[in-house]
Amino acid sequence: MSKTSQVTELNSNPNVVLFLCRWCSGKGADLAGTSRLHYPTNVLPIMVNCSSRIDPQHVVEAFLEGADGVLITGCHFGDCHYKTGNYKTFRRMSLLSRLLKQVGVNPKRFRITWISATEGSKFAKITTEMVEDLKKLPPYGKNGKGGES
Amino acid sequence: MSKVGVFVCHCGRNIAHTVDIKKVLETIKDYEDVVHVEDNMYMCSEPGQAVIKEAIKKHDLDRVVVAACSKDMHEDTFRIVTKEAGLNQYLTEMANIREQCSWVHEDKKESTEKAIKIIGSTIERVKRNQALEPYHIPVTRKALVIGGGIAGIQAALDIADAGYQVTLVEKDSTIGGKMAQLAETFPTLDCSQCILTPKMVAVGRHPNIRLLTNSEVENVDGYVGSFKVKIKKKPRYVIEEKCTICDDCVHVCPVIVHDEYNAGLSPRKAIYIAFPQAVPATYIIDPNTCLGIDPLICAKCKEVCDPKAIDFDMHPEILDEEFGAIVVATGFSAYPYEEIGEYGYGNIHNVISGLEFERLLSANGPTQGVIRRPSDGSIPKTVVFIHCAGSRDPAKHLPYCSKICCMYATKHALQYKHLVHDGVALNFYIDVRTAGKDYEEFYKRATEEESVIYVRGKVSEVIQDGEKLLIRGVNTLTSESIELHADMVVLATGLLPSKGTQEISSILKLSCDSKGFVKEAHPKLKPVETAISGVFVAGTASGPKDIPETVAQASGAAAKAQIILSSDFLERDPVIAEIDDLTCGICHTCIHVCPYGAISYDEGQNKVLVNEALCEGCGSCAAACPSGSIELRNSTYESISASIKALLKA
Repeated sequence: MSKTSQVTELNSNPNVVLFLCRWCSGKGADLAGTSRLHYPTNVLPIMVNCSSRIDPQHVVEAFLEGADGVLITGCHFGDCHYKTGNYKTFRRMSLLSRLLKQVGVNPKRFRITWISATEGSKFAKITTEMVEDLKKLPPYGKNGKGGES
Repeated sequence: MSKVGVFVCHCGRNIAHTVDIKKVLETIKDYEDVVHVEDNMYMCSEPGQAVIKEAIKKHDLDRVVVAACSKDMHEDTFRIVTKEAGLNQYLTEMANIREQCSWVHEDKKESTEKAIKIIGSTIERVKRNQALEPYHIPVTRKALVIGGGIAGIQAALDIADAGYQVTLVEKDSTIGGKMAQLAETFPTLDCSQCILTPKMVAVGRHPNIRLLTNSEVENVDGYVGSFKVKIKKKPRYVIEEKCTICDDCVHVCPVIVHDEYNAGLSPRKAIYIAFPQAVPATYIIDPNTCLGIDPLICAKCKEVCDPKAIDFDMHPEILDEEFGAIVVATGFSAYPYEEIGEYGYGNIHNVISGLEFERLLSANGPTQGVIRRPSDGSIPKTVVFIHCAGSRDPAKHLPYCSKICCMYATKHALQYKHLVHDGVALNFYIDVRTAGKDYEEFYKRATEEESVIYVRGKVSEVIQDGEKLLIRGVNTLTSESIELHADMVVLATGLLPSKGTQEISSILKLSCDSKGFVKEAHPKLKPVETAISGVFVAGTASGPKDIPETVAQASGAAAKAQIILSSDFLERDPVIAEIDDLTCGICHTCIHVCPYGAISYDEGQNKVLVNEALCEGCGSCAAACPSGSIELRNSTYESISASIKALLKA
């Protein structure tokens, strides 16, 4: 049995790249704001028209650029402003999440979730949850040790 | 090299309270390509806007970032400001440091850092934006209204009165829809026919309305401004212009079938007119039952028709027409009564539907307005009205409330009491919902003045017991079980989208909700728009509604359609997909991904093309293209990549 080094250094300040769609999750994020619900500053938003605009490569790039986590959000199924965009996002990102797992990315680092324009509290809850999860892991990517299972 | 100006808003204390604006400005001013930074207490105010305009001119800015609130709040404001300063409006982007930063965080240092990152990433994005001009697409200044019920009638009249040409397509032989079958309407109890038929006649003789009854929309192509529509005009077998409605043909016709207008309670012939006030006022032959159409066995009607109005050789006609806007008003159908097995509809004669009761109440109905039991023609002395029959029952039937059933069941009970003074009208309800103008007063009138009895509880079963009906249920207020005998049971069922609504949503590719009703573009703020630009919805096609709401919505849809018809050209957002022909491998991936059918392959040019009038700008194609040859303008792969990098800059 080979000796494995115990990772003790946890990430006190993880980065999460958050993708928002303009119609549902973006408005949900705005509602969290107008309702003054607090969540950690670690969440860094990028808004696109539809979650289906996000190329899986963008997710990979985010990890390569030093993100500790990526959170993809969109409209609930059946609610997509562009009819079926979120189904496509789900198909693409589900494949990607399996691939990321295979190359050793902890599944907690990549989440896909649906948030409606009325779910400000869900938005705050999920972002907080994700940051809390990442704080229990070591830093990832170029700033961290990488290589985890 | 771009020359970016960054304008940071304090929003009073809303942003400045948690974000150190001075620190933001100091950091951002050193960013590559940033030539000017400035802050203001309220960027959206007149003086704030002037600051931006002046800076654009003074520093010859070619890109603008406004770090303030959500795009939904002020994107339009700042785009207009940019345009007024002589810069293309698509070269302005907003960085949301209020809803997504200052309002959700407390720590000033951390919030300031996050705001800087958000602004930095927006700078990278705006640097990659291209100047765009809105598209102009020509408009065919004609409207199509699908469905000739009260919603379609109102919409067609409004558009026609505004001076535009309207084609009204109705699949039945007459317009009027469900409202024409009603006896009286709640809460005023005015006669449905009396208020509806003048509108029907107005449609029939309006110079701007082309009425196509007995017709169906077969196919719709195109987009807002120019929908190309195929309409199938089914043969009537009676020449409208020649028919004098003399009735001679009806007397000789040997075929007897159920009359749909009277909900099957009376007979009609194979040649018939739906009801005397039908528009168009002309007979029609039902090809499924007539013995004269292929093969010709009987021609009795033709023999007696003096004006020679009958033509057995008519064929379906296909009409190709172009319209600028479409109003869908295809209505509802009642929940199938026989599905509610415990109430015995279909097996027990005297368990009838709300619509059947409506016909019994009607002066031009099968009993001339006398309430009679279908089984023996006697006048029922006790009538039980079951509310929520098949509604609010997610386990077995419809999960939702159909909104109008409480009121129409109350109306039925009240009308019954008016006709049978010594009769007992008993309503079983879950909740009585009377949200509407004068509705509560109407309900009070039924209970207090006309002694209609209301029992809170559900009927568990209805069984035949000799001549009478045995009703078993429970009073949920007293928790007592109830067993009583009645002469007749009327089911107040909920509403489903009609077959026509389902068909037309698939033809128009409209989004529908889980029940099959047409989905509005926004449930609150866009109640008559649909996901397809230029297609509007009115009445019960989008969900259960009463008549006033249906009429209001029809006028709303008509007004929206008129906005499109009011000009020769339409402006469309240019943020759409764009193909690089040099690298495109014509793999057709984007064609299959597009939810709007906006991308097509042109064989002649051997090119894949984007239709700018159909593309809505989701960018799904851009993420799917294996060679990166199709891009969403101002949201390109590279632009998003650069934004990600800027966000993660340490």
